[in-house]
This record gives sequence, C-alpha cells and structure tokens, in this order.
Amino acid sequence: MSSPVSPPPSPDVRPGRLPALAYAQHFADASPRLTPAQAVLEAERCLYCFDAPCATACPTHIEVPSFIKRIADGNLRGAARAILEANPLGGMCARVCPTENLCEAVCVRHTQEGTPVAIGRLQRHAVDALLESARPQLFTRATTTGKKVAVLGAGPAGLACAHTLARLGHDVVLFDAHAKAGGLNEYGLASYKTPDNFAQREVLWLLDIGGIEIRTGWTLESVAQLDALRQGYDALFLGMGLRSTHQLGVPGEQLDGVMDAIAFIATLRQTKDLATLPVGRRVVVIGGGMTAVDAAVQAKLLGAESVQLVYRRGPAAMSASVAEQEWAQTHGVTIHHWLAPVDILAHQDRSGHASAVRFARQSLVAGKLTATGEIEVMPADMVLKAIGQQLGNPVLVQAGLALDGGRLATDAAGATNLSGVWAGGDCRAGGLDLTVEAVEHGKQSALAIHAQLTGA
Amino acid sequence: MANLHTNFAGIPSPNPFWLASAPPTDKAYNVNRAFEAGWGGVVWKTLGEAGPPVVNVNGPRYGALLTPDRRLLGFNNIELITDRDLELNLREITEVKRNWPDRAMVVSLMVPCEEASWKAILPRVADTGADGIELNFGCPHGMSERGMGAAVGQVPEYIEMVTAWCKQYSKLPVIVKLTPNITDVRLPARAAKKGGADAVSLINTLNSIMGVDPYTLTMSPATAGRGSHGGYCGPAVKPIALNMVAEIARDPLTAGLPISGIGGVGNWRDALDFIALGAGNVQVCTAAMVYGFKIVQEMSDGLSNYMDEMGFRSLDAIRGQALPSVTDWRYLNLNHVSKAVIDQDSCIQCGRCHIACEDTSHQAITASKDGKRHFEVKEDECVGCNLCVLVCPVPECISLRDLKPGEKDLRTNRVVSDQQVDWTTHPNNPLRIAQTL
Repeated sequence: MSSPVSPPPSPDVRPGRLPALAYAQHFADASPRLTPAQAVLEAERCLYCFDAPCATACPTHIEVPSFIKRIADGNLRGAARAILEANPLGGMCARVCPTENLCEAVCVRHTQEGTPVAIGRLQRHAVDALLESARPQLFTRATTTGKKVAVLGAGPAGLACAHTLARLGHDVVLFDAHAKAGGLNEYGLASYKTPDNFAQREVLWLLDIGGIEIRTGWTLESVAQLDALRQGYDALFLGMGLRSTHQLGVPGEQLDGVMDAIAFIATLRQTKDLATLPVGRRVVVIGGGMTAVDAAVQAKLLGAESVQLVYRRGPAAMSASVAEQEWAQTHGVTIHHWLAPVDILAHQDRSGHASAVRFARQSLVAGKLTATGEIEVMPADMVLKAIGQQLGNPVLVQAGLALDGGRLATDAAGATNLSGVWAGGDCRAGGLDLTVEAVEHGKQSALAIHAQLTGA
Repeated sequence: MANLHTNFAGIPSPNPFWLASAPPTDKAYNVNRAFEAGWGGVVWKTLGEAGPPVVNVNGPRYGALLTPDRRLLGFNNIELITDRDLELNLREITEVKRNWPDRAMVVSLMVPCEEASWKAILPRVADTGADGIELNFGCPHGMSERGMGAAVGQVPEYIEMVTAWCKQYSKLPVIVKLTPNITDVRLPARAAKKGGADAVSLINTLNSIMGVDPYTLTMSPATAGRGSHGGYCGPAVKPIALNMVAEIARDPLTAGLPISGIGGVGNWRDALDFIALGAGNVQVCTAAMVYGFKIVQEMSDGLSNYMDEMGFRSLDAIRGQALPSVTDWRYLNLNHVSKAVIDQDSCIQCGRCHIACEDTSHQAITASKDGKRHFEVKEDECVGCNLCVLVCPVPECISLRDLKPGEKDLRTNRVVSDQQVDWTTHPNNPLRIAQTL
C-alpha cells in the first residue's frame, strides 16, 4: 500500500522549476527569422498596391510596398531606409507590432487568399540586415541649430522624438527614471519578442546619429523641476508613459504573492538567469490586454504548472488581439471570461500570503455588466494584476497640464496646453497604447517642435 | 546617394531611367506624372505626320505570359504610334519640357520613308525645345504594312538614308531605335552609324503570338475572334536585348556608339546588366505599365546603394565593364572543368536534378544510395553543364565547382591543365589554326 503523496508546501512560489536548458529554449525568439530565400519569396507576394492600404494602416505610414519591393530586388539597405525613414524604431516595431490588426489585416492578399504578406517579418528581415551590416548608420545629422530640447522618458515616444530632432540638427537631452533607456521596450515587452538584447542595440543605433545625451536615474518629482526644464531648454517633450497601475480595489490585494504584472515582467526582462526567478505553481492573471497575455505566457514558460488568465467580460471585449489570445492558449494558458475579482483569500497557514482568488460571475443585463450571483474560487500561489495603467505622476497636473480621460490632453501634433511642452506615447490621451503609435507621436511632435524653433 | 546623372548622346538626365516610347508617354498628363515620380527622361510616344491620325482596335490591344500566380513574364502589344493630333502633341511637348527643364525629353518619330516627310517634321520638333529625336524603325505591326517601322528597320540602306536626312535637317541628337526582328542586328547598327546617328536604342519588340484559346481555338489575344501578331516585350526579352546590345558594343565598327538599352528592365539589377554590357542608359515600359511610375524610385535607390557598396562614383565606372568578358564561343577555354556539387544539408530530396540529368543529359546524378533516396553527383559522368543547378528549387543547394589545375577530371581521367586551349587550335577542328611553337 502506497502512502498518499503529500501536496507540495503551499503557497508554492519558487525558482528553478525547469531543467536548466529549458529556459533558453522556452524564451527563444518567438518568431524565427526569415532566411534570405524565404524573404524573397514572401516579398514576391506583395503586389505593390497603389495607395497601399497597409501603408495607410501603419501608424507611422511606412512605405510598405517600397520596402518590400526593395527586399525582392536584393536592396536590403534601401528597404531598411524606407522603413527607418518613417519609423526609426522599425526594428522593435517589427518584433512587437500587432500587424494582424494593422497592416496585415488590410493587406489585399488577405482579401484574395486569406493569407496576408508577412509584412512584420519582412520588416524585421530588412532592419536586422542593416544593423548587422558593415555600415548600419543610414542618416546624417543636419547642421547643428544651436537649439536644445529636453525629452522626458527614453521609451519609444521619447526615442523617436529625440532621433527626429537630432537628425534635424537640434541637441537633445533624454531623461529617464530607469537605469537603462528603452522604456517598455527594455522593461515591459515580452522577452521572447525581444531576445538578444535588441532594445539596447536599437537604442545604440538611435544614439549613433549624434546630438543626443541620455541621463538615466532621473525622475520628475516636482513642478520646480518641470519649470527649470522649460526655462533651460527651447522645448520640452513628455514621453514618460504611465507610471502607476490600476488597483483591483478588493480585500487581500496587499497579500504576498500579489503583484503588478508590469513589475513581474520588468523583473523577468532584467533577470539574466531565468532559473533564479521565482514563479508560482498556480498563477492567476487578472486582465485582458497584451500585458496580461505576456505575463501569463511568460509565467507558463517559467514552469508554472497552471496559468489562468481571467477577464471580466467576453473574448470580443478583450484588448488583446485574437492572435494574442491564441498565442496564450497554445502556450498552455487557460482563458476565463465573465469573471470579476471579489477578493483574494489568504493562506490558512501563512496568513500573509495569497492562496486563492474569489471571482463573481458576470453577464450583460441591458448592456450593463452585472453579477449573476455565482461565485468561483481559483487557487493561486501568485496573482498578477494587469488591468491597466494610469498617468500616476501628480506633478503633471500640479504643473498645470490639462488632462483628458486621465491622460495628457494634446492637439494632433502633441502640443499640450502649456506652451513649449509637447507630449506623446501612452501618457498622451486618445491613443491605442501601441509602440508604433508612440513612435509616430514622437516623430510628429519633433517635427512640430522643429517648425516652431526654426520659425518655419 | 551615388551620382546617377547621365549625359546620353549629349542629353543630360538626372538618372539613367527613361520611359520608352509607348502609351505611358502618350500625353502631358502621363509624362507629368512620370516626372513627378522621378523618371530622368522620356521618349514621347511616336509622332506621325500631320494629317488624320492612325486609329487602333478598341480592345484588346495586349496579351501577356503570366505565371499561375499572375506574375508577368512577357507582354505582347498591338499598340500603334500616337492617335492624337500632331499639333496637340507638339504643344504638350513644348509645355512639359518647359516645366521640367532638367529632364530629358526625346521625341519618337515615324513618318513615310521620303525626304520631304522628314524635312517637314524635324523643325516642328526642334521648335518644342525637345532634347533629341528617336527614329522608330522597329514597330513590327500596323506600320510596317505601310512601309514604315520595321519595314525600314530591316533594310540597312533605308536606315542609313533616313538617319542622314535627320542629321541634315536638324541639329537635334538622333537616336535610331532598332528592331530585333532581324538576323544580325550589327548591320542596322552600322548603317545607323554610317548615316550619322548619335546613338542607337534597342530593342524594340519581337514578333509574337501569345497562345490559343482552348475552347474557341482562336489565337489570343483576339479582336472579334481574330488576332494579329504583336510585339513581345517585358522580362522575357531581356536576354535577347542584352545580347544585341553587347554585339553592337563590341563590334569594332560600332564600338563607342552610345546605346540606350531597352527590354524587360524592371529593377536596378536589370539596368545594371544593360549598362555593364555597354548601354549608356535604359528605357522602361512594361514594368511601368505593371507597377506604375513609382517603380523608378526603387530602381534608383537600388542602383545607388549598389554603386555605394561597390565604390562606383558614377555610371561611367560601370558602363561596358562586362564587355571584355563577352567573346565568341570558339575562344572559350576548353581546358576549364567544372563539376556540380549537391549540398546534402540543404537538399530537400525532390529528385529533380536526377531526372533532368538522367532523361535529358549525362546521367551524372544518383537517385539512391544504400537503398535510400539520395541525390549525389557522379563526377565521372558530369560535364558541368549547369542544368541541375538551374532546375533545383533550393537556392545555392547545387553549385558548380571549378577544378583546380592539377586535379584529375574523373570523367576523362586527365589532369586539369592551367593552359588555355580553345576550339581555334583544337585538334578535332578541321579549320584549326596551326599553333606557333
């Protein structure tokens, strides 16, 4: 007679759940690179459309048919130029852009035969080829104008703004709170989308234009700081992103084992040896966007036995795309819909630690999300919150910046209500919270700043 | 950006990409759009004499050779010269040239083979401010039936005569456009030069019929159930054009005569082929009709990046550089030995190489080894013909390996020599030249 196997001690949050070699395999490049032969074949599928829908759909309006034709023509450098001219972070965007919702969604090949041209993979092929070439620098800086611009936030919006301004001859100082530049590119995006330290390699390429100084470890903590910047620089661009996360507002949220998904991912991105990173045996992720998916998938890849991704509405309402949802599911994440958290239960033996999440089932009654009365409890060693972020820095409002829906209100070029101050990226109202859109914001604001500084 | 500027037969152009005389260069609307897109020059669609213009069928005028995924390999047309009034054309040419002074404006002409006809039209063209004229001696249909077009292009004496008239009655550079529907293109080229031509352009289109409709058993394309041969152009004709350009460029009697290369130019690589074989610039038509005028931007960018990579400061550094490698078959080195090599790591085991070689060539590729499917070259049979390389679907899976002097050729059991020997001195050649000892 065999003795019953005793359950593992819970709460069960520990590192090293997988054999050593599995980590590299699990976190390898999610999208393997095209071979040169594959790239040409795929490029040949492009029809070089008139007024191409893909170029219109791209928030940075990359001349897609041109870059793809150049790949087919064996002109990789020219292809990279076409991309980076419109989008200086074309390398990162190629890796993380939800192309299935943007360019590839409107590709006429999609209409014709159900399969779009693999625009994202082709874009990566061209940009990677440039970065690996003997002469990766494409652009030259215009004559220095003597103007200086301060950019707050070295994420995609700030980097795009800085690069565009520097190309036009202005000097830029780029401030960032973190130890490294890159913003969410470095600290937030899924590891398997950005392997081989790509975020930093891209930052180095961007800085290579000259004229950009980066100051890390700098935070905006007072109105006085903001005023000093407005005084000391000819223009100011705010690209700080969103600093704080929405809280669940339920009892038990402060228990150990409960954390922001953003923080979990940031730690993961900066962990060299993933075998040392603790992960729960049973993980519950609350939320429905890309952050939720990235956190859930990476938790599973770290060796979590079960990962539940729980969203309070239905699949259609999730901001994660269908492709992202399928990505999560094929990686062993179970997605639950119509469940909203009510409280987080403490462990009976270790009362400071979470042990389960209690959910209330929801349905739509006359268009309103309403509890049905059913309750569901999911055991959890680790709970990751991914229900959205907010601006979070009170200095902005204190300084007089107007908000719209909780983010900085601006015009189409990013000009805020304070003269000489522009904003772009996630901190700006009305956007889609996409890397590519942040780049476009940065670019457009840079052009507007340039016009104002040169009196054009 | 490299310097793409050209000066072709005395005509400056910001880049070597011109549009050929055809519907894309029919009127101001088209040509303005072309220049806005970045074309360096155009040859305006062929003008005829004053008087009632030609009329053409109202469809179809084109046919094509398409791959199953509708990629265009070849194009066939029964277009004629301009069907617009001469005066309207001349006015538009004047206006467009005035609006685009830095671009090349060449006017294509086809009038009857009489001195008076040419004497009449030349000053009208000169008055437009155009940079040059192109003599259309190539149209293979429609006009040739009337003693013009190819009817002139196939008769060297007519070419020389008309060219001489144009040089006599006009100061404009004269480009003579040659037809490929000819036995030896060097004869018309020499005639053009003798007549005083400043340049030749080639090729015009090749006589062609695209196919047959299987259900009606009519030729295609057809107008109301019947069709005419047309002029074939597009990617498929480039090799024909390249050969003719090279022949003219290396013929001692015409070497140095500027050549405008036409025939299947679709990207910068095609343009490079023409220029390296002696062309001073290229003219494009089919690719523009398939992709629109914007395609010139990809051509320019590609050529420029190539030149930067190779260190070529201008097109002068490329022009004709491949000509020394063009020779007659009888001078090729018969002592050179190549063997095909199959990379087993990238081989997908389709077996195409084997069956091509086994059925149609030298039976030099295995189909199996140790009872398993396996494709490997047998050097004792391989003559290095290159067929397997060309039919293999995997790029660079099969390649030709050059044997070094001293290596043994397993097929002949002879050691490879470092001496160059060709047919002119080969013992099997009854007309061999005696070798000096």
